[in-house]
Amino acid sequence: MSIMEIVVITLIKIVAILSVFLLSVAYSVYFERKIASWAQNRVGPNRVGWNGLLQPFADVFKLLLKEDIVPEASNKPLHTLAPFIALLVAFSTYAVIPFGPEVELFGYKINLVVADVNIGILYVLAFTSIAVYGITFAGWSSGSKYSLLGGIRSSAQMISYEVSMGFSVGGVILLAESLSPVKIVEAQHGWMWNAIIQPIGFITFLVSSFAETNRLPFDLPEAEPELVGGYHTEYSSMKFAGFFLAEYANMIISSALITTLYLGGWQNPLVDIFHIQGGWAVAMQVGAFMIKIALLLFFFIWVRWSLPRFRYDQLMNLGWKVMFPLALLNIIWVAVLIMVFKI
Amino acid sequence: MSGMKRKKDLTFLQRIYLPEIVKGLKLTLTNMFRPNVTLQYPEQKFTPPASYRGRPVLVEDKGNAERCVACGLCARVCPALAIEVQASETENEKERYPVKFEINMLRCIFCGFCEEVCPEEAIVMSKDYELVFSKRSDAIYGKDKLLVPIDNLKDRLEFLRNFK
Repeated sequence: MSIMEIVVITLIKIVAILSVFLLSVAYSVYFERKIASWAQNRVGPNRVGWNGLLQPFADVFKLLLKEDIVPEASNKPLHTLAPFIALLVAFSTYAVIPFGPEVELFGYKINLVVADVNIGILYVLAFTSIAVYGITFAGWSSGSKYSLLGGIRSSAQMISYEVSMGFSVGGVILLAESLSPVKIVEAQHGWMWNAIIQPIGFITFLVSSFAETNRLPFDLPEAEPELVGGYHTEYSSMKFAGFFLAEYANMIISSALITTLYLGGWQNPLVDIFHIQGGWAVAMQVGAFMIKIALLLFFFIWVRWSLPRFRYDQLMNLGWKVMFPLALLNIIWVAVLIMVFKI
Repeated sequence: MSGMKRKKDLTFLQRIYLPEIVKGLKLTLTNMFRPNVTLQYPEQKFTPPASYRGRPVLVEDKGNAERCVACGLCARVCPALAIEVQASETENEKERYPVKFEINMLRCIFCGFCEEVCPEEAIVMSKDYELVFSKRSDAIYGKDKLLVPIDNLKDRLEFLRNFK
């Protein structure tokens, strides 16, 4: 392949992924509201379009037309920068996550991932760490005590949980012997999903990703009753929408990451069982990836509408005294599997 | 309190959260499949039972005459001072009738005392709960709005006879 072809193919992949991604972000907001209403015996949005399906667009229009208020006491450059950091991180992490196997299309061999980076997992961890800056800047630059408290909470929380998150990824890397998401998915062939082999690591990673995305029961940075909305109290109009969309984009990223690392990525055991080949196999594998993400998203939302928020000391206790040792235990478990059982 | 437990009293399973979390998740999941009772309001409307106290109305007997004899008891008993009655004489058998009967719907508290005190069963609470005004002066309902044919109030009158 010439450079030109590589550039064009990559651009097509980026456009395709970004459009699907943006649409699913918009609709995850819709489904959040729908699932919330189902859990509370309500109907939910049903006025805009059939069953309220156009609600996300109505929301975006509403937010675009709102006045953008920047507080007097704020640090204006940082105040403007913060939502962009949040969005940038949320959207760029997706580049390394494979959503399908290698396919042959029009004589080209195309890998169904935007960038097959050999240190993809490091890239993801690094970028999710930058996400802390978005929220912390937002809290600090708003010039409001509630926002500041939210920002500080989020930085403490995200740093604490990043430790156990990183250690639980350690187990996955040990098994796959690679930092590349593509290799990690290939290592989980058939039913060799990491969630089954190392359930402890799966649970710690799942809980940590709840904390990383600031979702309930770990949404202390937002905590409406105590912090009036936390770090985004002083944001309005599209800047607020930026944080809002980033939260949902982060949810999708986390779901995709959990799928890739623990639930076999695009691996679909049915393809092997029924010996399906060619285009159908690829379609089923990409479909399996989407379904896994959708189920995890549902789980994220479901948990939010079931559980109360943790208190701050409980959150820290859980992070350092429970999740961290469990993640270490998981690494030992994987090491034993490799040394003794030679998986 | 018996329902609350201190941390040291929790069993091991309760202490590791997970089974309790699963319990909570199960509850919301079963709730998701429960039918809900929502009415799509402007399209579907709630029809109240006879015991409902909506806006007070004057009973209009057959022959387009109000039952009210303008005794003024309702105005006297009204705790919110919402009712104003002005009596006058008439050739009819009942000799008195209200020239002016006004209820200020911004003042009315829907207590139903007027209905209870009325000796002629002339003022009753209806099922009408949609009260919207764009001006304060619109909220003062005169006889034109208060008079409702007796056929529309049968439910309430029967309820009053049974339970008052």
